[in-house]
Amino acid sequence: MMTNNVIVIGGGTAGMEVAGQLARQGCRVTLVEKNQETGGNVNNWHHLFPDRRAGKEVIQYLRSQIDHTAITLITGNTISGLRHDNGSFLINTSGGDTIAADAVVVATGFDLFRSERKEEYGYHIYDNVITSADLEEMFREGEVRLTNGNIPQTIGIVHCVGSRDEKAGNLYCSKLCCITAVKQAIEITEYIKDARVYCFYMDMRMGGAMYEEIYREAQEKYGVNFIRGKVSEVSETIDHKLLLKAEDTLAGRPVKLKVDMIVLMAGMEMSEGGIEVSEMAGLNRGANRFFAPADNHFGSNLSNRKGIFYAGSCTAPMNITETISHARAAAAEVIDYLKEKI
Amino acid sequence: MKKDGKKQIWSEYQKEIADDHFFYVRSCIRQSFFPGSEQFFLHFMRNVLGKDVFENPSHTTCTGIGYHGDIVPFSTIMTVVARHFALMKESGYKNIAISCVTSFGIYTEIIETWKHFPQELEKTREYLLKATGREFDIPENMAHTSDIIYKFRDEIAKMAKHTLINAETGEPLKVVEHIGCHYSKMFPRSGIGGAEFPHVLSGLIEAWGGEVIDYPERRHCCGFGFRQYLVQANRGYSISNTVKKFESMEPYKPDLVLTNCPGCNMFMDKWQYTVREMDGSVYGANGESIPVLTYEELAGLVMGYNPWDLGLQYHMVQSEPLLRKMGVEYDEKDKYRTKAGKQMPLPQNLLNA
Repeated sequence: MMTNNVIVIGGGTAGMEVAGQLARQGCRVTLVEKNQETGGNVNNWHHLFPDRRAGKEVIQYLRSQIDHTAITLITGNTISGLRHDNGSFLINTSGGDTIAADAVVVATGFDLFRSERKEEYGYHIYDNVITSADLEEMFREGEVRLTNGNIPQTIGIVHCVGSRDEKAGNLYCSKLCCITAVKQAIEITEYIKDARVYCFYMDMRMGGAMYEEIYREAQEKYGVNFIRGKVSEVSETIDHKLLLKAEDTLAGRPVKLKVDMIVLMAGMEMSEGGIEVSEMAGLNRGANRFFAPADNHFGSNLSNRKGIFYAGSCTAPMNITETISHARAAAAEVIDYLKEKI
Repeated sequence: MKKDGKKQIWSEYQKEIADDHFFYVRSCIRQSFFPGSEQFFLHFMRNVLGKDVFENPSHTTCTGIGYHGDIVPFSTIMTVVARHFALMKESGYKNIAISCVTSFGIYTEIIETWKHFPQELEKTREYLLKATGREFDIPENMAHTSDIIYKFRDEIAKMAKHTLINAETGEPLKVVEHIGCHYSKMFPRSGIGGAEFPHVLSGLIEAWGGEVIDYPERRHCCGFGFRQYLVQANRGYSISNTVKKFESMEPYKPDLVLTNCPGCNMFMDKWQYTVREMDGSVYGANGESIPVLTYEELAGLVMGYNPWDLGLQYHMVQSEPLLRKMGVEYDEKDKYRTKAGKQMPLPQNLLNA
């Protein structure tokens, strides 16, 4: 049995899955997470697409994965140094530990796009302009309400906030926001009887199992309105409602809509922690600022540095299913590497 | 509405504004439509603050109206602007202060073009040299004159004789601000506070005691839009844009519209007259129209200057309702008299008169 030491940076979905897989293969794993608790972005999601599984179920599964004697979990710590020394990696943590490892798995995940950067939507300025993550928090609390306590009747959902947006510096599609919008639109109609929900989209990118079916159901069963057009600006009216301007590109007409609440589908960006690690370790990043795999087809877990591997959405936007598969593939690559090293 | 969110944006869009030694370039139309504005700016800078502000009499139009009217080609306007920069260089100045928002937008656009397409800069140098024998440098510091008033807004507040507080009710006056499309919409980094929640005028209103009105069509065009007005057949677009703005601000009962751009001031002022003639609509409270002032005119009022010396009587919408609210004293008899006491012809059909 191997006793090689591996450090996994990031205790979200990918990091927890890869740590569990490696431990079961006989590695000693140190899992370092910057937050006090593991789980990463899934902690912020009440329910998940496509089947509305509770986010906490996924967290429970992942935590069971790392419940292993060969895994040392260090939370509340970031990586402050990473160097290669005599065949192994020496990693310093912000807590003052120095950890030696034979291989490193980077699983630093993504950050949600800071929606206040799309100034024209007025996030953090206008009351009742919220993000998809804020709405999940409301779902968790069991009610969707405006800041004055009233229940919104008309809700606008804005797709592609910080994605496919040259002005925001992100040309790529975050891939998960469309299905998140569809899921949340349906949930709103379940929380609020007779709610009118309008989704403003550029293209509906329903490229996942069951996505297209849910999209159809949102329209046919739940009466969600989908308007093809990008929202240009949001302003507040004298009665504290929100006025949304867009162009309906299918009808070829400008649209103005007065709503009670606007939900911004924040995109995914390379995490700040990932950027720090890339600079520390000299890891290549792509034009989209995510880690650039050594090969797009055959080496999506491999970095430009031998012994450093990638797992999950630190390389590109991924859903949970894809992240777990990618993490398992990373574990396989690490095992192969360690075998060759021996 | 959360002020902290706006403050965060403002902190990200600050720019360096020179403190002294300005090469001043006037607007084509401001001296005609609001003749006290540029005069007050020069007086304030030179005589109140003691700054060095230089004008070169060879300065011309930037040709912006022709450029935005699709008459003047880009290579021509670049060469005209290069000539202005040459005049600045010959006069020994490096900081340019621009009176007109359209010119400011054009200067910004041209300098940005030269950054991204250096071959255009070289071509412009060649054209200017061949045409005039002149050479030029790009300004080290470029400010719109409202940026400069913004820089000194607290000094003005300290010297204030009147604030933007209703003298009768003690309530802050409600002020609509309109920065003009060419100030920062094209290049948000060039404007104080950026493009979406600009601070250049709202900062003045706050510093002088007023309340800024954020109404739904705040970002909308004033109605000028160059081709919307300059092509006669398009003027319906022009006035319909202005109507859209005024209908949007009307429920807030604004006491004043404060503008940054000559075209915006002209159209938001004069179209109020036209709309009233067309369908009787009046957008201010109590059946009055809403005065539309420039930032220099408002600064002058705050500092206690005679409203007729500031040229407020040359607007279509007369400012007396605002003057009364601010507690500004004025003599109606002097309104259309020259400094020598000669009575000028009295204009007809003014609003609020």
